[in-house]
Amino acid sequence: MIARPLLSSAFRLAARPAPSFASKFSPRISPIALRYLSAETRQAIDKAVASAPVVLFMKGTPETPQCGFSRASIQILGLQGVDPAKFTAFNVLEDEALRQGIKEYSEWPTIPQLYVDKEFVGGCDILVAMHQNGELAKMLEEKKVLVPAEGGESK
Amino acid sequence: MSIQTPMEDAMRRKITETLKPSHLEIHNDSSLHAHHQAMAGSTSKETHFRVVITSEAFRSKMQPARHRMVYALLKEEMAMEGGIHALQLRTRTPEEEEKQSAEGKGVPVEGGDVAAA
Repeated sequence: MIARPLLSSAFRLAARPAPSFASKFSPRISPIALRYLSAETRQAIDKAVASAPVVLFMKGTPETPQCGFSRASIQILGLQGVDPAKFTAFNVLEDEALRQGIKEYSEWPTIPQLYVDKEFVGGCDILVAMHQNGELAKMLEEKKVLVPAEGGESK
Repeated sequence: MSIQTPMEDAMRRKITETLKPSHLEIHNDSSLHAHHQAMAGSTSKETHFRVVITSEAFRSKMQPARHRMVYALLKEEMAMEGGIHALQLRTRTPEEEEKQSAEGKGVPVEGGDVAAA
């Protein structure tokens, strides 16, 4: 529990790659080109998905989510104790090509979207359900993406 | 007094025809979100939905696959201008529904997916 403020500041850091990602493919993509995924966009998203073990495509940033479902997803990842060093968030509102492209890429029409080890996990409903039934904790543990347990009792 | 709900009607029809649900709830939560920035300029009263579906069609399918089935059904409604902006889904088989209500988990669907429409 003491990790919460730390976590959120680290999330802020973790979210930084977004601008450079945005600059990578904002220019010269016309609305028509958005209908299908260009090789260039696919490549950029491939890179984004692989940029950390846990990747969330969301509306807004971890500290200021712009949508309740994105906020809920971030909160769940925080509650689960996801290691900020292993987490990256991409703000789809900053980049129209990403916003449209990620839907095609994942064959999933909504935001947020969670990837773990480059595999699509689901949207917010799925995250909430997995959080409640214990599947999420199990998966994150297996993927070794949680904050390491501390050596001593920290009470 | 008749209230026009073309979107809800279309959703109900498509889901019923294709998934033959043993249980179907469609909740229109649009009024709760009417003030959202993303809704500026929208006059539709049918933008945010919460849908609970129990169907045999979900058997042996993982959650993402189940959600994709529903998204595919409602593709047009989600893509159209002024269409569905957010869709929260709870997709279960009859056994899962029974098991969860036996466990007293009458939890409503929380959290969902906002279409980045």
